[in-house]
Amino acid sequence: MLLTSIKRLKSMGIIGMNQRNFGLVSRYNPRRLYPLVDDKLKTKQLAQQAGITVPKLLGTLHYQHDVKQLKNILNPYQEFVIKPVKGSGGKGILVITEQAHNLYYKPSGDAVRLTHIERHVSNILSGLHSLGGKPDSVMIESLIHIDPVFANYSYEGVPDLRVIVLKGYPIMAMLRLATHASDGRANLHQGAVGVGIDIDTGEALHAVQYGDPVYHHPDTRKPFHDLTVPHWNKLLTLAAACYEITGLGYLGVDIVLDRDHGPMIIELNARPGLSIQVANFAGLAPRVAAVEALIQVDPDPRVRVEFSKKNFAAVRNLFRSRRKISQSVQRSLSLTVS
Amino acid sequence: MQAQARLYSAVLLIFFIGIGLILYKHLALGFPLMPDDKKFVWTIEAKIDFQAQGDPVIISLALPPKEPNLTFMEEDFASSDYGFSELTSNNERRGQWSKRTAKGAQTAYYRLSVYENDKLVEDQPIDEPEPPKKPELDEVFLTASMTLLEQVRARSANAEIFTRELIQTLNSKSPNQNQRLLRNDKAGEDYKTNLILDLLALEGISARVVRGLFLEDGRRRQSLTNFVEIHDGNQWILFNQDTGKSGKPKNFLIWQHGGQSLLDVVGGKNSQVSFSIIKNTHSTRNLVVNSSQNKQAAIIDFSIYSLPIEQQNAFKMILLLPIGALVVVIMRILVGIRTSGTFMPILIALALIQTTLVTGIVIFLIVVGTGLMIRSYLSRLNLLLVARISAVIIVVITIIASISIISNKLGLSQALTVTFFPMVILAWTIERMSVLWEEDGPREVLIQGAGSLLTAIIAYLFMTNRTVEYLTFNFPELMLVNLALILILGQYTGYRLTELYRFHTMGKRHAVDKH
Repeated sequence: MLLTSIKRLKSMGIIGMNQRNFGLVSRYNPRRLYPLVDDKLKTKQLAQQAGITVPKLLGTLHYQHDVKQLKNILNPYQEFVIKPVKGSGGKGILVITEQAHNLYYKPSGDAVRLTHIERHVSNILSGLHSLGGKPDSVMIESLIHIDPVFANYSYEGVPDLRVIVLKGYPIMAMLRLATHASDGRANLHQGAVGVGIDIDTGEALHAVQYGDPVYHHPDTRKPFHDLTVPHWNKLLTLAAACYEITGLGYLGVDIVLDRDHGPMIIELNARPGLSIQVANFAGLAPRVAAVEALIQVDPDPRVRVEFSKKNFAAVRNLFRSRRKISQSVQRSLSLTVS
Repeated sequence: MQAQARLYSAVLLIFFIGIGLILYKHLALGFPLMPDDKKFVWTIEAKIDFQAQGDPVIISLALPPKEPNLTFMEEDFASSDYGFSELTSNNERRGQWSKRTAKGAQTAYYRLSVYENDKLVEDQPIDEPEPPKKPELDEVFLTASMTLLEQVRARSANAEIFTRELIQTLNSKSPNQNQRLLRNDKAGEDYKTNLILDLLALEGISARVVRGLFLEDGRRRQSLTNFVEIHDGNQWILFNQDTGKSGKPKNFLIWQHGGQSLLDVVGGKNSQVSFSIIKNTHSTRNLVVNSSQNKQAAIIDFSIYSLPIEQQNAFKMILLLPIGALVVVIMRILVGIRTSGTFMPILIALALIQTTLVTGIVIFLIVVGTGLMIRSYLSRLNLLLVARISAVIIVVITIIASISIISNKLGLSQALTVTFFPMVILAWTIERMSVLWEEDGPREVLIQGAGSLLTAIIAYLFMTNRTVEYLTFNFPELMLVNLALILILGQYTGYRLTELYRFHTMGKRHAVDKH
């Protein structure tokens, strides 16, 4: 029983935690480069220098006594996001969508006072959300506006796209959708939905919540089978380019689609998790092997994206059949109407 | 790949050094591998009585030879007013007591504590036999001897069988005329020994008498028993002269090889020696440590045993830590259990050792539970991190003090052991779990808390195992073996046990898809 399931996972090319730590993270990511991605301010600077779009930085706070200036910094903006610079996994992020009469409104509609925001900022500064409890800084960014394509695919949070980039080649991608169960966050183990995305076309392949397959968003009931990520080529190229700016060989690139500014890099991760395999219903191992077999890494991200699209296209799309059915149903419906 | 080869060879080296040291200590120094290994220590007292006649007295007693498979713990030559010296000559040890004048009944004692060790013994050079001397016998006796020898020779193929046959024939229950003449039933033990030696000499077989003591607990006034030893050209073979059985019997201490006298007394008469025997049981490990220290074996002399007892006890604990670390490595890498703080489980396990299992777990749950409740209030006070943790430390100490006092009033003395929990670690655990609660919810706290406790309990069970405790303390070399194991586990890239569950849906539907 045990051995057969090990064999089955192996045959699917599923990579386990030990294999990831040993064969990918410690092999391709030199420790000294971690600060580039663990510090979101540095990541942002690097990305900007490379001409990659990132959310606009509205302000930063570094010391506890800066907290007093918070009101002045926030004053000009109606909407903003407060983030810990060294946070991980979406921890400590506070989103404000409206400011009126000294009250700040969260996406859920809850109003909070300035003191609440000040305490949140102070907590971040004293290291509540950083790795190992080290003192942290706070960054305030412009709010991202959800792209209409995803309008009914997310509950409260902005969907983000996680692309795994190995030696500059995007090898797997998934869309993370916040749900009511995940409390508006995009963490899969908290109940967010992970949607595997075809590297070739940007179409949804397969979706899971808590590891089990789902066919529509649990809160909005919107089916996934006609979900296609727009700007797909540009998005992959952006992700691929992150290899050059960080030097990290095994990278998780988190991208959001903004209504006005298109794809933006919001975070890079030197230790991306493995749930992406469950969302895609595919193992990473064969794709890792294909990239490792390359003699030379092409310096042009666009060429690398072409390689990935050709080699890592989904063999079969579990949703495509549903898509055809739904199209034919619509057609027949419109026929009967006419 | 080269780095990997280097690592594996280092691992092998470390592993074999560790195993080698353990084997050395076990085989060469006799360290037992099990804590309950016991040895019988025989204390033998030889008492020499004689009547002194007012002249200078010299007493000379043969002492047992120091054979490699015997460990002599103690030799004592207590006799009042006598000077003592030990003489060694011709592979024989003799003790010599002396006094200028003595009169009346005199007594001298020789006391020996000895046990049989388990060391592997290299072949010892054996003492070469002297060529047999033809005995001088009268005609009748010689004829009877020759007839007997002829009979025996006809039934034997070599010296060993010959000797056995000879002894059995001489001891036969229905002796014929010849045998009766030779063996002279009225004569004593020594007569029989000499007879056998004479007959063997006539046959041209080198032989000698061996005197020894059957070790039996509580025996007094014992005397030595004669055995016959022959040399078959390669080695000495011991024979019981009453049964013809060869080999050394169990619990038989050889006191003297060869025909020299056992006891000589100059200046005294009516001398006699008698033996009393006492058996004691000792832990093998203590015996070995003592004897190795006496011999200054470097590996023992420069070891934990040379420390004062108090430090030794501290090390007993410290040497258990690597076992805990190994458990954590296995639980995290092979099983994939999440714990809060990598090595927190070991510290909990250490505390559990002091408090016993159930009491410890109950106390731990009470302290952490109460701490979490108070911490949730602290988080509303809007404190800086360091101040908050310091506050939690004070809270933990208060909780621990309250538990001690309340349980003392209630008469629950076990709960007083609460002070063995590392308080700063508990405070950190509470802090981390409380942050985890806020960020990831109570489910994650439960998973990590249960994981930590499970790992701690498994580590505790290993660390309190008597055999494990014994082995880690007496064979610190085990740490090298442990290190090698951990290095190998660090290379494991297969699935964790929990991942089989994490990815289980994939495996299942994959199988369905194939149909």
